[in-house]
Amino acid sequence: MSHFFSTRRDWLRSVGAAGAGLATASFSELVLAQKPLTVGFIYVGPKDDYGYNQAHAEAAAQVKKLAGLKVVEEENVPETNAVQKTMQGMISQDGAALLFPTSFGYFDPHMLAVAGKNPDVRFAHCGGLWTEGKHPKNTGSFFGYIDEAQYLNGVVAAHMTKSKKLGFIAAKPIPQVLRNINAFTLGAKSVKPDITTSVIFTGDWSMPVKEAEATNSLADQGVDVFTMHVDGPKVIVETAAKRGKFVCGYHASQAKLAPNAYLTGAEWNWITAYTQIIEAARSGKPHPNFVRGGLKDGFVKTSPYGSMVPEAARKAADAVKSAMVAGKFDIFKGELKDNTGKVVIPKGKVFKQTDMELESMNYLIEGVIGKA
Amino acid sequence: MPGARAWQDPVEAVALPVLALAGALLAFGVFVWFAGASPLDAWALLFKGAFGDAFSWQNTLQRAAPLMLTALAVALPAQAGLTVIGGEGALVLGALACAALPYALPGLQGMAGAVLMLVVAAAAGAVWVALAGWLRQQRGVNETISSLLLGYIAIALFKHFVEGPLRDPASLNKPSTRPVAESLRIGGIPWGGAVTDVHWGLVIGVVLCLVAGVWLSFTASGFALRVVGGNVRAARLVGLPTLGLILTACALGGAGAGLAGGIEVLAVHTSANASLIAGLGYTGILVSFVARHNPWAIPPVAVLFGGFGAAGSLLQRRLDLPDASVLVLQGFAFVLILAAEAGRGRLLAARAPKPVVAPPPPADPNAPPPPIHASAVAN
Repeated sequence: MSHFFSTRRDWLRSVGAAGAGLATASFSELVLAQKPLTVGFIYVGPKDDYGYNQAHAEAAAQVKKLAGLKVVEEENVPETNAVQKTMQGMISQDGAALLFPTSFGYFDPHMLAVAGKNPDVRFAHCGGLWTEGKHPKNTGSFFGYIDEAQYLNGVVAAHMTKSKKLGFIAAKPIPQVLRNINAFTLGAKSVKPDITTSVIFTGDWSMPVKEAEATNSLADQGVDVFTMHVDGPKVIVETAAKRGKFVCGYHASQAKLAPNAYLTGAEWNWITAYTQIIEAARSGKPHPNFVRGGLKDGFVKTSPYGSMVPEAARKAADAVKSAMVAGKFDIFKGELKDNTGKVVIPKGKVFKQTDMELESMNYLIEGVIGKA
Repeated sequence: MPGARAWQDPVEAVALPVLALAGALLAFGVFVWFAGASPLDAWALLFKGAFGDAFSWQNTLQRAAPLMLTALAVALPAQAGLTVIGGEGALVLGALACAALPYALPGLQGMAGAVLMLVVAAAAGAVWVALAGWLRQQRGVNETISSLLLGYIAIALFKHFVEGPLRDPASLNKPSTRPVAESLRIGGIPWGGAVTDVHWGLVIGVVLCLVAGVWLSFTASGFALRVVGGNVRAARLVGLPTLGLILTACALGGAGAGLAGGIEVLAVHTSANASLIAGLGYTGILVSFVARHNPWAIPPVAVLFGGFGAAGSLLQRRLDLPDASVLVLQGFAFVLILAAEAGRGRLLAARAPKPVVAPPPPADPNAPPPPIHASAVAN
């Protein structure tokens, strides 16, 4: 290696003073090319789950194409000390300098434990709530305001429903999930105020049998448009399509699974967050500890409309979308009541997406049938 | 006859699984080759990932630790003739009990507190598996089905408490119990002046497997248990307390799995949450079956399993093989190990005819005791 350097330098010297500026530039490029940054991605489920993990894996595949980067990946890693070993293995065996542990449960205690032992390695966790002073500087969290895309799902769903009954199949009543259910319902109610959303919680992130049962049971009750917040929406999309109902996707595009039932969907666009964090690592800038963004920032996107979505629905959703992109639209604003009649956001109060109160949401709004 | 087999049995006991493993590796090589990777690379990575250096050993042993205890939850009832597969339920209830104890006794501190929490965890697991044993003996409910279903009930109870009454309000998006105090946690085992990543749960697992083997092989009650497992009617005929023995075996097995749950909380997760439901109890079933329900064989088999996990991790990262490829290797290994059982008593006999002169009968503690012991126990 050093021999190669010296000959290149000799060659540069022979080119002369005219090349001096060029020399420094090409030298630093050479260093980058010599030592690629190794980035590790860890998924809790399979990379092709048509959902949460696929959304990450698709963006990781884009990262692979960037020059000067080496990507190592591991799927189906449980949130036990197995993930600690995977992280440590990526660091000691593969020389990774930046890790993306993508499952929520990896954050505490697993990522924090490994980060403490490896202060020179950067950790970018998806979904966690990184807190200044509480968590180490070499760790951080990124997430997207996907409730914006769920609001747009709601607008389209409201145009398509005949029964005015929407269905939402969710894993657990935790803040991130409740926020999506509420945003979806608010989007639908903005079109037809008397619409309702029936929610079923399956209890865990990947429960294919319960998800199918929940879809069928809601379909029996007259629900004709579905959406969801589970790790792999495949079963719900397919079951709803089989029952002749419409569906709005989540995490990644499930359009391929049910082209005649898939209206649109709320998708992650993780490459935006990944690029920000990777560029900081490459240029030696401080690790971005708290990265958040919505439609405006390109953190989330919507699936292309299905052919059955009428012009009016597209126009209505597109209008809201462009307001969101322009930063002129707020989803959660007063007066807002929960479904027990209690006022949860007082009149006149407007929450920006970045407001931390929204990250601890613990209610379902009026119009949602279900219990948080 | 026992004399002729005296040297062949241990040789076969090692040779058969080793040959089976070699066959599995060979088959896996072919599989990898079809998947477009080099079999040589894959074999090298398997070894490097599982046992290649200090890091790999720690990785393997850390994964093996909980499996030893959950395997006991299958092996001990199996010695009493029951096929119990409810270790997962015992594990999550053990974890729940362990994490819940500080709510009732807020002053718990240090080593004594940790031991008390582990005892409570073991007790919770013991009750759960003993319940399956009791249902089978007193109510005629098939213990395989009931232990499996009790596992689902245990998980439902676990989630109810973790996401309801015991939830730490600060755990927003990952409902958990309150974290246990720092002084109660189980740390790593020191080795050569440094603290390793392998926690004391490994030592507890190995010791309990050894103790369980000693109990089964060298004590009257352990032998009585094996008589019950061999032929329950004969055991009743000689007056053995079958119900008590079966419940004891189930309770001790369940205690192992419950303890595994408690150790997972104190050494790894620091609180009880859904991440604990990672199938360790189910993997324990495989470990126990491959170890032929022999507690002494459990630690090496668990290490093999841990090695598969550790090696699979490296295999994915280096060869871009899907996670399922390690499952393929595990599948090959276990089918072949279990199939190799058919060769027991034939592997060496086929090649070497029985020696005409039997070697002098050694005082072999492993040789099956003469039947007179049975009546001695009954007395």
